[in-house]
Amino acid sequence: MARAAVPGRLNWRVATVIEARNETRRARTLVLDVPEWPGHRAGQHVDVRLVSEDGYQAQRSYSIASPPEDASIALTVERIDNAEVSPYLCDVLRVGDGLEVRGPIGGYFVWDVAQGGPLLLIAGGSGIVPLMAMLRHHARSNEQARAQVPVRLLYSARGVDDLIYRKELEELAQLPAVEVAFTLTRDAPAEWHGYRRRIDRAMVEEVSWPAAHMPRAFVCGPTPLVESVATLLVELGHDPSRVRTERFGPTS
Amino acid sequence: MPDIPFIARGFHSHRTAAPAGRLPPGQYETRDFPVLSAGPTPRTSLATWDFSIRDAAGHSVKWSWDELLQLPHDTPTVDIHCVTKWSKFDTKWEGVSVDTLLDGARAGGVTGGEFVLAFSDGGYTTNLPIADVTGGKAWVAFGYDGAPLPPEHGGPARLLVPHLYFWKSAKWVRGLQLMARDQPGFWEQLGYHDRGDPWREQRYQGD
Repeated sequence: MARAAVPGRLNWRVATVIEARNETRRARTLVLDVPEWPGHRAGQHVDVRLVSEDGYQAQRSYSIASPPEDASIALTVERIDNAEVSPYLCDVLRVGDGLEVRGPIGGYFVWDVAQGGPLLLIAGGSGIVPLMAMLRHHARSNEQARAQVPVRLLYSARGVDDLIYRKELEELAQLPAVEVAFTLTRDAPAEWHGYRRRIDRAMVEEVSWPAAHMPRAFVCGPTPLVESVATLLVELGHDPSRVRTERFGPTS
Repeated sequence: MPDIPFIARGFHSHRTAAPAGRLPPGQYETRDFPVLSAGPTPRTSLATWDFSIRDAAGHSVKWSWDELLQLPHDTPTVDIHCVTKWSKFDTKWEGVSVDTLLDGARAGGVTGGEFVLAFSDGGYTTNLPIADVTGGKAWVAFGYDGAPLPPEHGGPARLLVPHLYFWKSAKWVRGLQLMARDQPGFWEQLGYHDRGDPWREQRYQGD
């Protein structure tokens, strides 16, 4: 699909929660049926608006985890303690409820299989969410297109139980052209085969392609991780214009 | 078409209200200073850094880093509002008023300009009507909270236009192109609002 250069007005729509599942202790996926959803590109996000009986409103942005191929959209929300929106989405909202959303939003941190690769994805924590949309989009593309785009993911989380989509990522890693590496920064079990430290230069060099292969890099996670990884990639010779970033603070 | 909000079942506000008139619609107050940018943080040596104002006819006036620092400084304390919904109150900056820079540019023969396109290291751009960067409303800021502006927040210098959403306050700014006509910048080409007034909640095109 060609880039929609000039989207029309983004109207609020009342979506319906059609499925909800816990991904980890702190992350929950909500699958939404959005009336007249115009479609999205992998990497985009939506705004969510909550309005209380007394007229108070709160808005936040959440990345879309599902691929453009799905008719519904999936959001994965990380619960932040003592916050006002994420605990509602994780603990109160249930299947059948309505939820106001508008989108899709964002046209830079996006990837389509037609843009080619190689595709280098580096995530920290809930920064995996928009990258998951790219991986799922890749997996749903036809075999020929997929074979031409090798994908590597490096995903950093605190402990093994904090890895969102772990089972699905391990399954995706069985596909030809897809490689997945995990690193745990705090609690790695004894039998853990992945990395056990914060992402550093040696790890990025091991996981990524040399700059001469001109991968398209997407880096998403907490600010310190994104700052350090993006700087490393530039130091390793990658063209800054091929390194796209999305920095997440915890979204309360 | 009226925008009738949908009441979220079981949602209750438990945030203490910000002082009246300080929080634009849809925003919440944060005490942090979140970082948002689309690519790697550029690093430019101050020895080669300059700031320029150019016009359509090709005239331009440039300031080196040292020359910029020798211009009169302001120390504005302002509220800032990011389109990603956070607002931060009473942020303290140090910088040179865009009025001062434009006066210098005019004296150097730069003419015209109903609109400006701010341009930055890394290729970022954002567009503004000239009225939004004149009259004491905008600065080229190099200090934040009593210290040099950190690179991740746009240092060595960023544009500061606090009355508009903060993507208009271009990080790593290197100059202003004066234009007769409006020309959308980086986010403006990707669906964000052309002007970005937080009090009118102009987040996206059509808002």
